[in-house]
Amino acid sequence: MIMGFNINQIRSDFPILQQQVYNKPLIYLDNGATTQKPRVVIDTIRELQEVHNSSIHRGIHYLSEQMTGRYEAARETVRAFLNAASTQEIIFTSGATGSINTVAFSFGEKYVNSGDEILISEMEHHSNIVPWQMLCRRKGAQLKVIPFNDKGELELEKLDELLSERTRIVALTHASNSLGTINPVKEVIKRAHARDIPVLLDGAQMVQHGEVDVRELDCDFYVFSSHKIFGPTGSGVLYGKEAMLEELPPYQGGGDMVDQVTFDETSYNTLPFKFEAGTSNYTGAIGLAAALEYLQSIGFEAIGRYERELSDYTLEKLERIGGLKIYGNAAERISVFSFLLDNIHTYDAAMILDKMGIAVRTGTHCTQPVMDHFGIDGTIRASLVFYNTMEEVDALVQGIQKTIEMLS
Amino acid sequence: MTEYNVTQQDIVDEFSVFEDWLDRYNYLIELGNDLPAIDPEFRTSEYLINGCQSKVWLHADLVDGRLQFNADSDAIIVKGIVALLVKLMHDRTPAEILENELFFIDGIGLRQNLSPTRSNGLLAMVKKMRLYAMAYQAKENQNKEA
Repeated sequence: MIMGFNINQIRSDFPILQQQVYNKPLIYLDNGATTQKPRVVIDTIRELQEVHNSSIHRGIHYLSEQMTGRYEAARETVRAFLNAASTQEIIFTSGATGSINTVAFSFGEKYVNSGDEILISEMEHHSNIVPWQMLCRRKGAQLKVIPFNDKGELELEKLDELLSERTRIVALTHASNSLGTINPVKEVIKRAHARDIPVLLDGAQMVQHGEVDVRELDCDFYVFSSHKIFGPTGSGVLYGKEAMLEELPPYQGGGDMVDQVTFDETSYNTLPFKFEAGTSNYTGAIGLAAALEYLQSIGFEAIGRYERELSDYTLEKLERIGGLKIYGNAAERISVFSFLLDNIHTYDAAMILDKMGIAVRTGTHCTQPVMDHFGIDGTIRASLVFYNTMEEVDALVQGIQKTIEMLS
Repeated sequence: MTEYNVTQQDIVDEFSVFEDWLDRYNYLIELGNDLPAIDPEFRTSEYLINGCQSKVWLHADLVDGRLQFNADSDAIIVKGIVALLVKLMHDRTPAEILENELFFIDGIGLRQNLSPTRSNGLLAMVKKMRLYAMAYQAKENQNKEA
């Protein structure tokens, strides 16, 4: 029991968790793919559509003023959440993927040339691989990879030789979506900065599990998606140090990101608007802020403590199942568990678990290189957040045991 | 009702005794286990219907005007559904396969397994079985004309 953390109250805040599927209570363990939305986020979105809808930054009429105010207040909420120095550093994007593509393009245009190197890791999500690969193609640069060991931990001893004078940026996941590893990002940042190399962190799988302080981390860019932190889909955040963002050219062109436009020349708007071309997804940004405020009302510390207990409990229970092998055994981890059952196809297992009301993910989890590392086609992944319970973990364990019984 | 559709209806009736999903799956697992593994010469990429998460292999011959199917999957529940499709379409004439609607999958509540968003290879397998029927029918017609 954690002080101030009432799991029943929290579960009742999420309407979708109340339902039954196939006449069984829904057990949602696919939070790594997307998280559910608390009532306050759903209500916020409805209220925006019903009462306030208007394009931001354009009209001087009542509704537009109101919506603009809410949107910019959302930016301040995100700034406070990340402990960024200023709202100039908070760019609203379409999601973590959109944020990484923005940096890969804008940073790449400014700083990456033929023969340069981009350093990523072996455990990146495809969205932190492909945009850099595209950049490398465009510029004739090379993609370098920090490997991980069989426990799913980065081989830091190889970092110094991989950081070369041609390395232009390091792009690394804060927490792995398929292995659950929390990476020693501060150490990586320290070593990269010692050589004046900036670091982008992909926080898509981290922000929903614990507090993130970009100034303490000293990362140059930090990205995450709204839908993975209980906010609406189609929205996300790019944090960048102001001095860095100032130097970068815009990614997309369009309305709102400009100052003066003639057919000969265009001057760009100031930060953060320079990177927000077109009508922003203001509903998404304000919905995200509602989600962050909801988390703040529970308290990140209480959430973190509860999740650690839940995570330890899950690991202990899974490890006791005969014929179950966990992929990803890093010392520092989030509550994401990838596993395989001896001689059982992941697709069969997921189909059976589904009919017991248990939602897990199967496949490569958009991390094919991770699967290649272990020489497997995919895993079953259970990913938990603070609204999951020990009882649900017990149900998962029973479900797995039943699956093994049926299939062997 | 055509004989082909009687077979489909029989499958639907067989499944209707199972009230619980897990019983249905148990039955499919049994069917999957009973379906002989595909001839190793056809368990190759050439005969693979790539379904992303589970693999399905399919080969067909025409013997005395009837299609002889040989199929397999690496996932056992998928293989159970493959077994049902083989049970229905094996040893049929191309015309029987092409002229009758496939309704039993829907009838046993496994429709979602044939949806384009399900990455299990089954939808592609059904298409491929009908394609084999079409190809052999065209070949037969050509032979008649010649």
